[in-house]
Amino acid sequence: MALLEVRNVSKDFSGNVVLKDISFSLDAGKVLALCGENGAGKSTLMNIIFGMPVIQDTGGYEGEILIDGQVVKFQNTSDALEAGIGMVHQEFSLIPGFTAAENVMLNREPTKPNTISKITRQMKLDKIDAPTMHESAQESIDKLEIELDSHNMVGELPVGYKQFLEIAREINKEKVKLLILDEPTAVLTESEAELLLTAMRKLSASGISIIFISHRLREVMEVCDQVVVMRDGLIVADADKDDITIPEIASLMTGRDVDMDTQNAHDAKGYEPNGDVILELKNLFVDMPGEAVDGVNLTVYEGEILGIAGLAGQGKLGISNGIMGIYPTLGKIIFQGKEVPLNNPRAAQEMGIAFVSEDRRGVGLLLDEPISWNICFNAMQIQNLGLKKFLFFNLRDEKKMTEIAEKYIEELEIKCTGPDQLVKNLSGGNQQKICLAKAFCMQPKLLLVSEPTRGIDVGAKELVLEALKKYNRDNGTTIVIVSSELEELRSVAGRIAVVDEGEIAAILPATESSAKFGLLMSGEKLEESAS
Amino acid sequence: MTKIKHAIQGFGRARMIILIFLVALLLIAPVFGVSRVASLNDMLTRFAMNAVLVLSMVPMIQSGCGLNFGVPLGLVSGLLAEAIIWEYKLPGAKGFILAMLLGALIGAILGMLYGFILNRIRGDEMVIATYVGYAIIYFMNMMWLTLPFKNPSSVQGYAGEGLRVTISLDNHWLHVFDDWPGKPGRGVVLTIHEYLNGQWTPQEFKIPVGTLLLFAFLALLMWLFFRSKTGTAMTAVGSNPIYAMAGGINIKKMRMSSVVLSTSIAAIGMIIYGQTYGFAQFYTAPQFFTFPTVAAILLGGASLNKASITNVILGTFLFQGVLTLTPSVINSAIKLDMSEVIRMIITNGLIIIALTRKGKKDA
Repeated sequence: MALLEVRNVSKDFSGNVVLKDISFSLDAGKVLALCGENGAGKSTLMNIIFGMPVIQDTGGYEGEILIDGQVVKFQNTSDALEAGIGMVHQEFSLIPGFTAAENVMLNREPTKPNTISKITRQMKLDKIDAPTMHESAQESIDKLEIELDSHNMVGELPVGYKQFLEIAREINKEKVKLLILDEPTAVLTESEAELLLTAMRKLSASGISIIFISHRLREVMEVCDQVVVMRDGLIVADADKDDITIPEIASLMTGRDVDMDTQNAHDAKGYEPNGDVILELKNLFVDMPGEAVDGVNLTVYEGEILGIAGLAGQGKLGISNGIMGIYPTLGKIIFQGKEVPLNNPRAAQEMGIAFVSEDRRGVGLLLDEPISWNICFNAMQIQNLGLKKFLFFNLRDEKKMTEIAEKYIEELEIKCTGPDQLVKNLSGGNQQKICLAKAFCMQPKLLLVSEPTRGIDVGAKELVLEALKKYNRDNGTTIVIVSSELEELRSVAGRIAVVDEGEIAAILPATESSAKFGLLMSGEKLEESAS
Repeated sequence: MTKIKHAIQGFGRARMIILIFLVALLLIAPVFGVSRVASLNDMLTRFAMNAVLVLSMVPMIQSGCGLNFGVPLGLVSGLLAEAIIWEYKLPGAKGFILAMLLGALIGAILGMLYGFILNRIRGDEMVIATYVGYAIIYFMNMMWLTLPFKNPSSVQGYAGEGLRVTISLDNHWLHVFDDWPGKPGRGVVLTIHEYLNGQWTPQEFKIPVGTLLLFAFLALLMWLFFRSKTGTAMTAVGSNPIYAMAGGINIKKMRMSSVVLSTSIAAIGMIIYGQTYGFAQFYTAPQFFTFPTVAAILLGGASLNKASITNVILGTFLFQGVLTLTPSVINSAIKLDMSEVIRMIITNGLIIIALTRKGKKDA
């Protein structure tokens, strides 16, 4: 009998379907690898299994989940813990000022009664039995075969050890039968990852089932018994390890059929880079939290649309933010033969580079100001657009600003009540169009666009991508688009650079097969990609 | 049509309640023998006295430094300028204008130091501003005693050194702007007949024309400034600092400019206040302005990062209205001094409402 069985589970967030009819089962003592791109629905599925409150808050889910053949419906995570499910999240939940043992045993400490607790009959006043606690914690840590004393302070441990400690905490719970590991190797070095895989094998041999989420396909193949691949909320493959290969997984994760790929690429312009060099990045380092760039070298040609792809956290966003000087940057940026001063947003914009940030609400917009302000602000500050002289003041020319705003509202089909409407009252898609208008308004020579379609609906996506293509076609502006949606990039860009671990892994034509992109994004090195 | 609707919505509930309260007080005033003309005149005079101080709040709010609880810094700058000008015995309009210019200069210098501190503690400006405000008052209290002022009408009579607690402006520039362009000592006065206590009685209504024009001039400059390129950048810093940074704006410089502006204008405001009030109270006065000034601009409809000239005018008028009408009408009505209590509730209540709304900016 299967330990975990998921039957026909579906979930939508206010109409936006993220899981469709998911069914699979997992036997005791087996390792199941769950693969899929960002946004494929992996996290939502795990949140459902682990009973995270976010699921209940957004209207629950359809379908059934069975543990040991019993239908369960967790209201919260304590229910899931009670049922023997442990989960290690991508972010650490450890207390730095406590020892390893205290963290592992938190709220489950072995205790001894003392006089006061006997008199008051309050279990809470029992004394913590420190030796037993350390013994028990050390036992769990040893199971993972790492060298770690349970008396060490967690705050002083290297990152890799913290990851092991999280797992030790989960397996220390007596009842644990199923362990969910969400990207556990993302923060580990190769040798640490190797240790973790060994530990996982050992755990599964002792009868604990594991669901292992990872982007590193080689690791997946090394450790798992069963592979489930998800894409767009569907399970596209559920196979034994022996029946599937790494390239197959990669193409299943990203792939649409090949016909469509070529169709898209036909539309895209400038695959053969033939213009002059407009931008050159030499050994670029960017200290952007969670998106660090480690020495990128990249050449962009005039008039092309270049895509930058990569998984979340690999540093693709850091590249555009670094060029604009928003995060601390090292290296050399050469734009049209001149060096761009680093960490200076004004200088970059004065040279003719415009930027559409991935953080629309945080960086891209003045939510409390009208549309006309948002569109004209940068052009006004950098190029003195929409200003008029009055005495010794350089005043805003509100009439001119309204005209400019109206022009873009019409061109980009922004749905609003007029140029005076506050931007915070617009929908996500329309806000994104305002961000584009802001950049277009500066008439840049080079336009950097980060995640142009994040969090907006399908219709608006089409419009935004179309607007970028049109702007490139009509004005010959070079555009660099950074996006985690590969298909989207392939539909607009000529060349696509794949970023992995802060470096450019390869630059491929958009017509290249999905499988190749998938492999590169999963950290595989390709022979052909070296060229 | 929608604009009218917006105007009514924008007027806000708090303002509506205070306005209705004021109108009600005015309506019932004659019943208790309180002159409406005199009350309105009082309101107008106090508006002219306080408006510039309230105006000084605008730059710092707009740049996102929050409500300027450090306004005493500007006030002591104004007082210091007054004391210095008196040393050189410059009376009348000339001395008054020079005092304002000097006050603005001292305010700018202190404002730079203050701005330097505020730039290091982004996010907690209002807490630190309060401390800075109190600190400067007590620091200057020591200074008033030790600085070498010599003018016999300024220093303490028996000791011959250290400024007096209260200095009368009779010999300096009392009412020079209030009375302009009317006769000095009388000013522009209308006589209005009012039906009071069963008969028509003539009431004098004095309009402080010069002081009002001075405020209008400063308000116009402020309005122009916030329509300028720099003013637009400052507003953007207050609205979303990261946006402004990405747009190539030097956030620290903008915040610094706003603090300097606020402090300078507060110094001018203090000198204008003194001109009407008739006394300079060096040791005690600065601590009594902070909360009423902050409350006035909030009552005018300003939020923690948005304020306009309209907010200043409306807020000062409503707030001073409550301050002048409640003692006369309510005290006559119930023979009990309630005005202080009502004033406290309004002043502190408004500040609390504004601060608790801080986190809900996106809602």
